Amino acid sequence: MSTTSTLIQFRLNGEPVSRQVEPHHTLLELVRECGLHGARESCGQGLCGCCTIVVNGQAVTGCIYPAMHAEGAEVGTIEGLEQDGQLDPVQQAFMDAGALQCGFCTPGFILMARQLLQQNSEPSDHEIRHFLAGNLCRCGAYPEIIEAVKLAGQRMRAAA
Amino acid sequence: MNDTNTPERQVGRRIDRLESRSKVTGTADYTHNVVLPRMLHAKIVRSVHAHARILSIDTSAAAAVPGVVKVVTAQDVMRVIPDPHYGPAFHDQPILAIDKVRHIGEPVAVVLSDDVHIAETAAALVSVEYEVLPAVFDEVQAANNTDVLVHDVLRPAGTFPDLKHLAGRKGTNVALDYRLRHGDVKTAFAQAAHVFDHTFRTQQVVHVPLEPMVSIAQPLDRRIIIHTASQSPSFVRLEIARLLGWAENQVQVKTRLLGGGFGAKLYIKLEALAVALALIAHRPVRVALTMEEQFYMITKHATTFRIRSAVDADGRITARHCEVYWNGGAYADIGPRVTQKSGFTAGGPYDIANLDIDSYQVYTNLPPAGAFRGFGITQVVWAYESQADLIAHKLGMDPVAFRRLNLLENGRPHATGTVLKDAGLRLVLDRVASAMDWDKPLDRGTGTVRRGRGIGLGFKALVAPTTSVATITAGGDGSCTLLISTVEMGQGSDTAMAIVAADVLGLRAEDIRVVNPDTDVTPYDMATLGSRSTFSMGNAVKQAAQDLLDKVRALAQEVGLPFEGTRNISTLLKKKFGMQAGTVVGTGSFVPPYQSPDADGRSPDITPNWMVGGTGIEVEVDTETGQFRIVRMENVVDCGTPLNPKVVQTQITGAAIQQLGATFLEKMEFDAEGQLRNASFSEYKIPGILDLPHQMGYAAVDSQQSTGPFGAKGLGESGCFGVASAMAQAIDDAVGVRIVSLPITPEAVYRALAEQRGEPLANTDSTP
Repeated sequence: MSTTSTLIQFRLNGEPVSRQVEPHHTLLELVRECGLHGARESCGQGLCGCCTIVVNGQAVTGCIYPAMHAEGAEVGTIEGLEQDGQLDPVQQAFMDAGALQCGFCTPGFILMARQLLQQNSEPSDHEIRHFLAGNLCRCGAYPEIIEAVKLAGQRMRAAA
Repeated sequence: MNDTNTPERQVGRRIDRLESRSKVTGTADYTHNVVLPRMLHAKIVRSVHAHARILSIDTSAAAAVPGVVKVVTAQDVMRVIPDPHYGPAFHDQPILAIDKVRHIGEPVAVVLSDDVHIAETAAALVSVEYEVLPAVFDEVQAANNTDVLVHDVLRPAGTFPDLKHLAGRKGTNVALDYRLRHGDVKTAFAQAAHVFDHTFRTQQVVHVPLEPMVSIAQPLDRRIIIHTASQSPSFVRLEIARLLGWAENQVQVKTRLLGGGFGAKLYIKLEALAVALALIAHRPVRVALTMEEQFYMITKHATTFRIRSAVDADGRITARHCEVYWNGGAYADIGPRVTQKSGFTAGGPYDIANLDIDSYQVYTNLPPAGAFRGFGITQVVWAYESQADLIAHKLGMDPVAFRRLNLLENGRPHATGTVLKDAGLRLVLDRVASAMDWDKPLDRGTGTVRRGRGIGLGFKALVAPTTSVATITAGGDGSCTLLISTVEMGQGSDTAMAIVAADVLGLRAEDIRVVNPDTDVTPYDMATLGSRSTFSMGNAVKQAAQDLLDKVRALAQEVGLPFEGTRNISTLLKKKFGMQAGTVVGTGSFVPPYQSPDADGRSPDITPNWMVGGTGIEVEVDTETGQFRIVRMENVVDCGTPLNPKVVQTQITGAAIQQLGATFLEKMEFDAEGQLRNASFSEYKIPGILDLPHQMGYAAVDSQQSTGPFGAKGLGESGCFGVASAMAQAIDDAVGVRIVSLPITPEAVYRALAEQRGEPLANTDSTP
């Protein structure tokens, strides 16, 4: 074993995990090695949002986030949203609004949209656009994504 | 008994994509996710020169890095594949560079390791000695000057019947010249009231699908499995079998969902390299590109299009000459087919009695160019629609009125000799105009903020000849499975094909299982490209579903029970086999009519259908800074019957948004030596959510493609066609400056405004 590796412990979607990581390993590599493929490497520079992972309630770009920083953290991925076969309202809204094409960027958008709606359940178009400006969709599903965020907000407000 | 039988029509239902749930839960299956036991990671050492002779490759330092399994060069590749040149149109591209490199970023060597980080570190230690050669970058220069030859001898592949006439030529960089001769252009120009002569340019851009290209080859006993993010699994099998001298059935190609394609993942890309590496290492090898590496793999042709038009006193175009140069980069890829297919319609959707077209695919020392959403159509529309606006302006005509006057009507022969049919050109133009409130006066703004608007209209001849084959099976319980090699890459094809099959079978689309392409299982399809799947595979699927019903009818007769469609398949099978067992198989295939063009580029059957797209754009321009904002954008297509309106909507707007990138954001920037300066998302900006037009509308006109499945035809590209020229016209309409080279950046507008004021700025652009 490498002399530079460190054993870290964290919770992944609520389950305790222990992993040996190297200083150059990213959080994205770590969660993918755990078999969760919803966070993906695309631009590799933290500029597209495909690698979005939630650390202690805060969305981060997993492709440039050191794995070692996950020590002791609550790490959440897109796979953790579905509860007992029930989709999260944001996931459901993305389906209903048809807010996806190839789907590669979709988990990142959903995680960021959830973060927005947790702060502001009735965002304006302008607020949605600015909050999601760090996520890219090469298929151009943006109009439907804006609709999906509004729809999810409406449903979350109605359920509250 | 199948309880999902429904009389409800499936065509036209708003259906969620079949794979939607997997995409929102993060469980969608991409090749990106494939991990195999003992899999090695490959990192590519790339050329740092645009054109150079390789003098030596020193792999010793890299090979000495602990964890490196092997460092591979072309010499190793040739031991497993003696002639390692591949490509769909020309066998011109070596798996790894042999003796010479022809573009920046060309693969020269590969490092293999169990650890991708070790492979990457070691790749930087491979030392290559080059003798730099003169290079050529400009398409017009490369076509007309043979001082620099990118290839000494041309090596046509002849895979496609319509490229067979490509003779192996020497002493030229022109890989294909398509020419059309229709009428008497010379005389018409001599008699014209007005003559217009313009040159328009497009820049080199790149697809950057967010799932970067990835292929994994898995060697087995006397066969190989290739897991690949490919749009054309059938072609990969054929080409790998050819390279290895193996039978097609020894090569199994499996695709999964694609995280975007847009033409980047067509024909053969990383697969040949992955196969060679796997055969060398005797282990599975994963070749996965980073985003940066995608910039060196395949791009969209830069073009120079000189368009000359003769116009009579009433504003009718009487003659046109089109001269289009396509910058194909160092390897032909599918460029020659782009040159020919887009050459067909380079004259525009207008009724022009005299039309000459010369379309040239040119080799240069830039990264290769291939197919990119539109297959060359966006480049030609940019030129002919930009000129349409300039002509209308010069003649004092309304741009929409000028187009209406000249439009090619259904029933009239196109310049190639093929009669236009089921093409909603007028419907689309009128719909864009009404959506833009074209007949109402525009608020033109005041002071330093000015408004303008423009409309662009394009059309495309669907690619032919092509073959699609489909199979549908019904199992012992009567449930149906559709086997096709069409690749789901975000365009909604799995759902569209399930809709076609379900409509014939009296089932719900959601109850049809669509199997991802696997060449051991799913039958041949030419490729998922050029908006051909809805029409070509749709027809094959429809036929397969009808064949399945015929087989069920025969089975009912055989076992002496009534035929009830798919309703009682399980009863029939149980009667025949005495238990829940057996399979009923229906097959279908589709080859659209096509006749190769003659020596004059003409044919009565150049295409089975015409796709149409139009865009209206309203902009607001700041005359002090050149900054602009799209206030409004309307996109309209003719896709025949919309099979699934929910997906049709996203395809129209998505295509238009993607084309906005090439219109005002994206450009691969090369320096004088051919070095790419912006190969990452930090400097190469694709459209983000903030780039969306303030207001955006879409529509599909009420139309039918009589030969399509349930009246449908493709639409994945149509939303792109009219975007760029509409933008140029809107800016011209607002502030009176005309941009003739893409992209239309605020800087380009600012420079044009400065020139208009008589205060031109110094040019700092060193792009070759």
